[in-house]
Amino acid sequence: MVATAHSAPSTTPISITLRVWRQAGPAQPGRFVEYPAKDLNPNMSFLEMLDVVNDGLEGKGEDPIAFAHDCREGICGTCSLVINGKPHGPHKGVASCQTYMRSFANGDVIVVEPFRAKPFPVIKDLVTDRSAFDAIQQAGGFVTVRAGSACDANAIPVPKDDADLAMDAAQCIGCGACVAACKNASAMLFVSAKVSHLGLLPQGQAERDSRVLNMVAKMDELGFGNCTNQYECSAACPKLISHDFIARMNRDYIGASFRQAFKPKSTSTAGGA
Amino acid sequence: MATLDSKIPSGPLADKWRKHKTEIKLVNPANKRKYHVVVVGAGLAGASAAASLADLGYQVTCVVFHDSPRRAHSIAAQGGINAAKNYQNDGDSVYRLFYDTIKGGDYRAREANVHRLAEVSVNIIDQCAALGVPFAREYGGLLANRSFGGAQVSRTFYARGQTGQQLLLGAYSSLSRCVGQNTVKLVTEHEMSDLVVVDGHAKGIITRDLKTGTLHRFAADAVIVATGGYGNVFNLSTYARGSNVTASWRAYKRGACFANPCYTQIHPTCIPVSGDYQSKLTLMSESLRNDGRIWVPKKKEDVKKAPASIPEADRDYFLERIYPSFGNLAPRDVSSRAAKRMCDEGRGVGETGLGVYLDFADAIQRYGKQAAARANLHDPTAEKILELGEAAVAERYGNLFDIYKEITDESAYKQPMRIYPAVHYTMGGLWVDYNLMSNVPGLFVLGEANFSDHGANRLGASALMQGLADGFFVIPYTIGDYLAGQKPGSRPSPEHAAFAAAEKNVADLITKLMSIKGKEPVAYYHKKLGKIMWDHCGMARTKEGLTKGIALIQELRAEFWRNVNVPGSAENMNQALEKACRVADYLELGELMCRDALTREESCGGHFREEYQHPDGECLRDDEKFAHVAAWEFQGEGKEPLRNTEPLNYETVKMSVRSYK
Ligand SMILES: Cc1cc2nc3c(=O)[nH]c(=O)nc-3n(C[C@H](O)[C@H](O)[C@H](O)COP(=O)(O)OP(=O)(O)OC[C@H]3O[C@@H](n4cnc5c(N)ncnc54)[C@H](O)[C@@H]3O)c2cc1C
Ligand code: SF4
Ligand code: FES
Repeated sequence: MVATAHSAPSTTPISITLRVWRQAGPAQPGRFVEYPAKDLNPNMSFLEMLDVVNDGLEGKGEDPIAFAHDCREGICGTCSLVINGKPHGPHKGVASCQTYMRSFANGDVIVVEPFRAKPFPVIKDLVTDRSAFDAIQQAGGFVTVRAGSACDANAIPVPKDDADLAMDAAQCIGCGACVAACKNASAMLFVSAKVSHLGLLPQGQAERDSRVLNMVAKMDELGFGNCTNQYECSAACPKLISHDFIARMNRDYIGASFRQAFKPKSTSTAGGA
Repeated sequence: MATLDSKIPSGPLADKWRKHKTEIKLVNPANKRKYHVVVVGAGLAGASAAASLADLGYQVTCVVFHDSPRRAHSIAAQGGINAAKNYQNDGDSVYRLFYDTIKGGDYRAREANVHRLAEVSVNIIDQCAALGVPFAREYGGLLANRSFGGAQVSRTFYARGQTGQQLLLGAYSSLSRCVGQNTVKLVTEHEMSDLVVVDGHAKGIITRDLKTGTLHRFAADAVIVATGGYGNVFNLSTYARGSNVTASWRAYKRGACFANPCYTQIHPTCIPVSGDYQSKLTLMSESLRNDGRIWVPKKKEDVKKAPASIPEADRDYFLERIYPSFGNLAPRDVSSRAAKRMCDEGRGVGETGLGVYLDFADAIQRYGKQAAARANLHDPTAEKILELGEAAVAERYGNLFDIYKEITDESAYKQPMRIYPAVHYTMGGLWVDYNLMSNVPGLFVLGEANFSDHGANRLGASALMQGLADGFFVIPYTIGDYLAGQKPGSRPSPEHAAFAAAEKNVADLITKLMSIKGKEPVAYYHKKLGKIMWDHCGMARTKEGLTKGIALIQELRAEFWRNVNVPGSAENMNQALEKACRVADYLELGELMCRDALTREESCGGHFREEYQHPDGECLRDDEKFAHVAAWEFQGEGKEPLRNTEPLNYETVKMSVRSYK
């Protein structure tokens, strides 16, 4: 093997200009404001760059730029920036917090906006309200199991391929980039990820039909748009959730609607003696 | 002086929980719906508790500071969750998991709690599989396992490198079901800012709505705090930035004892610090130690050389050398200190010299050859083996290698990772009895926020286990024991004077913070505090260092209250104010941690006092003087807190010198 020295990443500082969306509250109008950010180590993350800018503002008594973040490692789904027109920035398969300044050049002007979509109203600056996603999950994104009533975990084998595919879908971090990227503000990728995750597993079968019907109904009710197969969603998705899951959900939905219409139902609701 | 009655049931260890469950008071189904329980937090512990209690019929309100319960810090856990299933047929059992956990905690945890944890561990896996958690599976469709530190069996269940995410989404799905069915009221973006105590019982909380700045009162028959750990007191840690101690700290100030605050876990395998702008440290899961080998150069003059150019004979695989029976899977505290010793000797690698290698070259070769054999390739080329080996390693740890690449811009397939210990978990927390109730009746504490199960060091993959054990399988029984003694309908109204007083307390604090208008941002103080904590209350502690640490924190705290600048208004979303409230609490907690570390004149688990060590550098416990829990009691602002103790009685296991050699 050839001995490779540690390819130490460059530390030559860069300076950039930020054009940031500032909006004091949900009802106030917003506008872009420019902030210089000088002498940045290119190995700092995009959010760390915002920290530096904000510390400067706070020290001067100015209101810092509000932005959502928490884990800063691409798993909690809190961060939600549109950077130069792209939800989560220039790189595929990463969240805003996993974007590093080395992706930008000295002298760049970087435009930062919130995720924009009707069902995600702005709360302040770059922070939006994504509670509509929770409401969709509450409509059906679960398997009903009371604590203490489950059978032995190995009593129900799951073929490895099914488990792996379910896991691919389950990786969704609920960030909403798919909605922000879609010109119709469709939530199909997000919803199909949950529907597919549970639909692929034997544990999810009992509620499979009601799940897809209820989640889709809720999604429509909350004002998310239709899918017109442009697939901007999966291109922006930090977890690279495949749009194949949308097709899978559409099949599930049609089947479930059909079964719902023709299913014989028990008429008894009696509680027994 | 607080009364600390652990309420450990009598009888043989293995029967205690079963016996307790049959003797515990019950609340009848019709009465359950008359009780209101406020659950603060929706991580593994809070979400599972809220859903289980709602399913039992209690009225439940679940409050989180996040915009969605799915964002709780549990989401970030990578490696796995332990359970004594013995699916591998490798000799595991409830007793063995119990024993490993007690020993891993360096004999500073309660036997009865830990045994219960091991018992219910098996139910957790059943519950989660039923909820649709996509655990890793073998080709036959059954569940797969891997190994974690401090164990000689394979009992860790996992979902790729995202086990915490998948478990949390499982618990979140149960919580969401209850919210959808109106059995849980969910309140997001509210931060618990005070505990309301009425006639000595916890009867509610005060929250601040982070979107509007308004203060709210929630009255309850019992309050559950499941708000996670406080490692962010160090500023740099593997925690999410929002993780905070505020709920626990405000409860402490209302009389709940804070137990063993100095027990902090420093995780050996994190990406090293690279600059002072840094906001967090990223963990590289312990699961990597299944296959990665940790080493430093034997000779100091080699530390700046390319690792591949250093021949085998000149490498020191120090964990394998010092701890031959556990090797790279020695527990975290032991591994972290060993890495620190190597760096202190001048053999650390990387820019700063604060790093050791975690090397996958051997694993890539081994897996590559196995894969070639499975594919019936005779005489595979070296390139082919490398290709197959890298693919096999990617299947196991691909997402971790990706994270490493994003952060460092280096490929761990081609050169070893550089890692260094970082703050990762806090074993200390609010004191609770066997029922998980604090010394303030009606206040229950679950998950990482309590102190009870991990002693002085937590083993890998056991925090997820504890969070779900507490929420799914313990609190549903034990809360009844308290509520059965509370008259239905007796909960005070939010108009009660205690609510008004607590609300005023919070409002005054906020007004004070907003009015300082000094010169420095909050982050300036957080960074300074973190540095003091790391230097004086970190991996190696001394009497002098801790004494100095306390003085420095007091000075810094005074300066904070003189010179911090919190701009904007308190009447809408104000992230600077959120940070300021949290850092104000850290500035007090930090001092308590130093005090606790100073008074514990021994070394145990993650608490290492340089003065107390064996000649080989291992922890020297003092069971005569310190086989107890230290539970600190607030005595008022500016007064020294009181150190209460709860003796630890080992009835089954013999306390001995922990050896992983
Ligand atoms: C990077 C990383 C990897 C890990 N990997 C593993 C692993 O592989 N295996 C393992 O067993 N453990 C692991 N751990 C540890 C484990 O993840 C945590 O200990 C555990 O998830 C904590 O769960 P919790 O429910 O107690 O708290 P958390 O998940 O931290 O949840 C806290 C909740 O409380 C809420 N909250 C906090 N403060 C307030 C407040 N003041 N007001 C209102 N709400 C509040 C939050 O909104 C959140 O809902 C890891 C930890 C880290 C940091
Ligand atoms: S599908 Fe992708 S983009 Fe959409 S919420 Fe999930 S992770 Fe985010
Ligand atoms: S901050 Fe958690 S995903 Fe970006």
